[in-house]
Amino acid sequence: MTMINLTIDGKAVSVPKGTTILEAARQMGIHIPTLCHHPDQLVKAVCRVCVVEIEGQRTFQTACSYQVAEGMVVRTATPAIREARRMIVELILSRHPQDCLQCARNLNCELQTMAEQMGIREVRFDRKLRDLPVDESSPSIIRDPQKCILCRRCVEACHVVQSVGVLYPQHRGADSIVATPADLPLGSIDCTNCGQCIHACPVGAITEKDYTAEVYAAMADPTKHVVVQTAPAVRVAIGEPFGYEPGAVTTGKLAAALRRLGFDAVFDTDFTADLTILEEGHELIKRLTEGGILPMITSCSPGWIKFIEHNFPEELDHLSTCKSPQQMFGALAKTYYAQKMGIDPKNIYSVSVMPCTAKKFEITRPEMRDSGYQDVDAVLTTRELARMIRQAGIEFVELPDEEYDDPFGISTGAAVIFGATGGVMEAALRTAYEVVTKKALPDLNFRAVRGMASIKEAEVDLDGIVVRVAVAHGLANARKVMEDVATGRSKYHFIEVMACPGGCIGGGGQPIPTTNEIRQKRIKGIYQADEGLPIRKSHENPAIAKLYEDFLGHPLGERSHHLLHTHYTKRGK
Amino acid sequence: MMQFYRSHILVCSGSNCSLRGSRAVREALVREVAAAGLAGEVKVVETGCFGLCEQGPTMIVYPEGVLYCKVTEADVSEIVRTHLLKGRRVERLLYQEPTVPKAIQLAPEVDYFKKQQRIVLKNCGTIDPESIDEYIANNGYEALGRAVTGMSPDQVIEEIKGSKLRGRGGAGFPTGLKWSSGRKAPGETKYIICNADEGEPGTSKDRLILEGDPHAVLEGMAIAGYAVGACQGFVYIRGEYVLAIERLQKAIDAAREYGLLGSGIFGSEFSFDIEIRTGAGAYVCGEETALIESMEGNRGEPRIKPPYPTDSGLWGCPTVVNNVETLANVPPIILNGAAWFAAIGSSNSPGTKVFTLSGDIVNKGLIEVPMGITLREIVYEIGGGIPGGRTFKMAQTGGTSGGCLPGTVLDVPLDADSLIPHGSGLGSGALLVMDDTHCVVDMAIAFARFFAHESCGKCTPCREGTPRFLEILQKIAAGQGRQEDLALLEELARVMLKAPLCPLGQTVPVPIMTTIRHFRAEYDAHINQKTCPTGVCQIGAPAVAD
Repeated sequence: MTMINLTIDGKAVSVPKGTTILEAARQMGIHIPTLCHHPDQLVKAVCRVCVVEIEGQRTFQTACSYQVAEGMVVRTATPAIREARRMIVELILSRHPQDCLQCARNLNCELQTMAEQMGIREVRFDRKLRDLPVDESSPSIIRDPQKCILCRRCVEACHVVQSVGVLYPQHRGADSIVATPADLPLGSIDCTNCGQCIHACPVGAITEKDYTAEVYAAMADPTKHVVVQTAPAVRVAIGEPFGYEPGAVTTGKLAAALRRLGFDAVFDTDFTADLTILEEGHELIKRLTEGGILPMITSCSPGWIKFIEHNFPEELDHLSTCKSPQQMFGALAKTYYAQKMGIDPKNIYSVSVMPCTAKKFEITRPEMRDSGYQDVDAVLTTRELARMIRQAGIEFVELPDEEYDDPFGISTGAAVIFGATGGVMEAALRTAYEVVTKKALPDLNFRAVRGMASIKEAEVDLDGIVVRVAVAHGLANARKVMEDVATGRSKYHFIEVMACPGGCIGGGGQPIPTTNEIRQKRIKGIYQADEGLPIRKSHENPAIAKLYEDFLGHPLGERSHHLLHTHYTKRGK
Repeated sequence: MMQFYRSHILVCSGSNCSLRGSRAVREALVREVAAAGLAGEVKVVETGCFGLCEQGPTMIVYPEGVLYCKVTEADVSEIVRTHLLKGRRVERLLYQEPTVPKAIQLAPEVDYFKKQQRIVLKNCGTIDPESIDEYIANNGYEALGRAVTGMSPDQVIEEIKGSKLRGRGGAGFPTGLKWSSGRKAPGETKYIICNADEGEPGTSKDRLILEGDPHAVLEGMAIAGYAVGACQGFVYIRGEYVLAIERLQKAIDAAREYGLLGSGIFGSEFSFDIEIRTGAGAYVCGEETALIESMEGNRGEPRIKPPYPTDSGLWGCPTVVNNVETLANVPPIILNGAAWFAAIGSSNSPGTKVFTLSGDIVNKGLIEVPMGITLREIVYEIGGGIPGGRTFKMAQTGGTSGGCLPGTVLDVPLDADSLIPHGSGLGSGALLVMDDTHCVVDMAIAFARFFAHESCGKCTPCREGTPRFLEILQKIAAGQGRQEDLALLEELARVMLKAPLCPLGQTVPVPIMTTIRHFRAEYDAHINQKTCPTGVCQIGAPAVAD
């Protein structure tokens, strides 16, 4: 590796060729402020906050974009640099509402932090806000163009990471905005509601739609029996807003907090994740053995579902007909659970806590009313739940570990790994192998499908049936896989797709920040939780067996078909 | 077969004369000549721009070289009857020298032409730009032939380096160095782009060069392609340049037909072709990386540099982007040698410069002068001075991105570097002359409004800072300014000079701050006395930002 010697702020440093000034300075403990820079994204150099002086150059250069060179002399904090950075931040603030106290990103905002660090006490320019309305058309995402600082991080998330491309810079000069095509409402276009733009946004310009008020109202209504389910990925992230390291598994405290908030029954989506595996696993076996449409593709991720409906409307038959675990839970809560408990299903208010913004859209789909009612009434993201816990004055850290309630409380390691990319695949393989071969798996861990690699592949021998599988996470990767499916070149039998990078642990509803480094830590937490559970295969979940015995009959049976399976809509562009 | 004519009438058909009706004049001329039975003796030729745009439509009658100005359709029959049939000049249409009250008979005697040295504009106004034969007859494509048959690409680059030719688009970067970077850059596919976006207000030199002598630019591009190792060139040209696009396309077609573009040029192994791409008018697309983005079909916005286009340009391939005038200088350098070129003009930036004169000056139009000429010579000798008995207040060199210079700078020799200490540069060669009726604050507002309109919006300081210049200046013009506003303007200017992503943003403070630097008293009058010394600003009117 070629090393480059340079001087930053009078100190000599040697770094590998190709290092940027920003990276070199950070290694030396020199903090250069940034706004448009994002650790997982390409260099943009548009905010210009990270400008530095390089000896011999007429203009400043941006530390985020400029690579080191031998003998380079860099100064990061001269009076001229301080003046420039301050001026740039003042200019941004002069176009920003500065309603920090009412903002969803208060105390977790990169602009706010920067203004504080620079000690800005006055903005010398008249306040000039963009006269643009808040877009509340989407059930998942709210965009407030007034708060936008035009860093373009959401644009990259939408175009490059997700290949959805509904947000891009429009108009010019001071009229520049980031907007949808023809400024159409987000809820009316091919946005997948994945919420990756929320993680990209340094300020409060893009946020989740908040449903805490609806949930509070239901809990306050004495006629309502309010049940809650928690997705696998929530347990490895809900601790973060309360000071836990990313990936810390806080399942017990999560259940305790929900009970203290006043939910009447606290359930685990993991239960219906196990149920999904039973249904989907049998669906796969059926397609493999009876000549069904292959590859079969998973259907748990509602961002992915909307993506394929818009972008590959002719390929919908590849999707598993299984509903997502959230929706299986919703259908059962207002049928099986209602019967069992003797509660009129119209009085059940079903809440889910999800790492996901697209789930807020999923519950509104007309297909998701198989109980006779809207199966799930409200979706809270991990962030909204954290806010509710704070608002209720619950000291999360001090909570005891508690268990989930019956009958949807028992689950397996196979269910918890739904939260990470490759998890549904691995869980399905654990079950399919044993169901088909009638033999115990020698090693439960399908490591080839785990981790952050963009597209993962594996082959599994089910006693003579070689099953080729692939796992894609992030919609740009999904698009690559789908292009082969659409042209008939795909060599796989079974494909798992999750809309968000890293899977649900990286979902649009997870705590901010969510970066690839944090995703890795949450994934680690997911597999820790898997290994810590006594049962790690869905078909060994005794509560699932009982559910089939008492209510559903058998996988792919008539009742399953009615309650647990669905169909899709050709949306097109 | 060549036919012998006793007289040629060259009618300017540049855009400016065309707008003033030169086409109708030419058609009438053809009609009247035929009606007088002179069709076999007199040839009417449509040429590129003479340069004397203010006097248009213009024509020159050879062999004498009689220059007629402001010719209308109604004048044509008189010209035919009096001049062509009787051999007498039409006195009332002769050029009137502004300095000395006399009618000038012959074009070469006009002061406007006398001080000029025409290398780039050599064929403009003398040949039919739509005839490749006329271009070839004037040594056209000889330089390309010599280069591809007798010189190595490195020798061509050495020749250009030796000439010390610097880019004529505004930045003045050494052309030879750019070509050699492009040549050295690894890559099979390389491109030459001729930048004909010419967005600088008050500049029309590239348009008039392309209209008047399109083959010179094509030849320069082909030589550049040979030197750099590119076999495809593009001309990125403003969509509004309809006539230039039309002539350029005809020229490309003719060159292809003659085998001067295409494969195996002059029997060599060298192949080169050229296509036209039109721009939609964004000023920033004159910046080379924004131009490339636009060509790729993206939003016209500058890229981060490095990498420079010579390493990674169009579609990621090494790309040399040269201005029209720069490329038009290439064939004469190859023909006459680097030493010939280097001896013209000033030593650090040799050659000539094409200027577009506009504003409060008698002779608005296109001129080509050796580097090192003074502003005074241009304004008073070539330009004919300030009309209406007014006095010179300032001149803005280089277009809206250039600085405003006061009378004290009139005797500084003009070249690529000499104006830097005065806060300006030559830029693309626009020269806007302003007389004493103009208010500097009002002018600064015009500059700020232009940049606020043209900022692409990509980087923060330019997007947000530029409208603030406008806002503060409007306050001052309305008599609501304070000295603190001027201090804030100066601070903003310091930041804007160094922090924006591309030269557009970095240039915004240049014209505005030169007005403060050279005319501070006028600003103080607006701020302290609440008066506009020229009476232009509406003191007391609401400072409506737009």
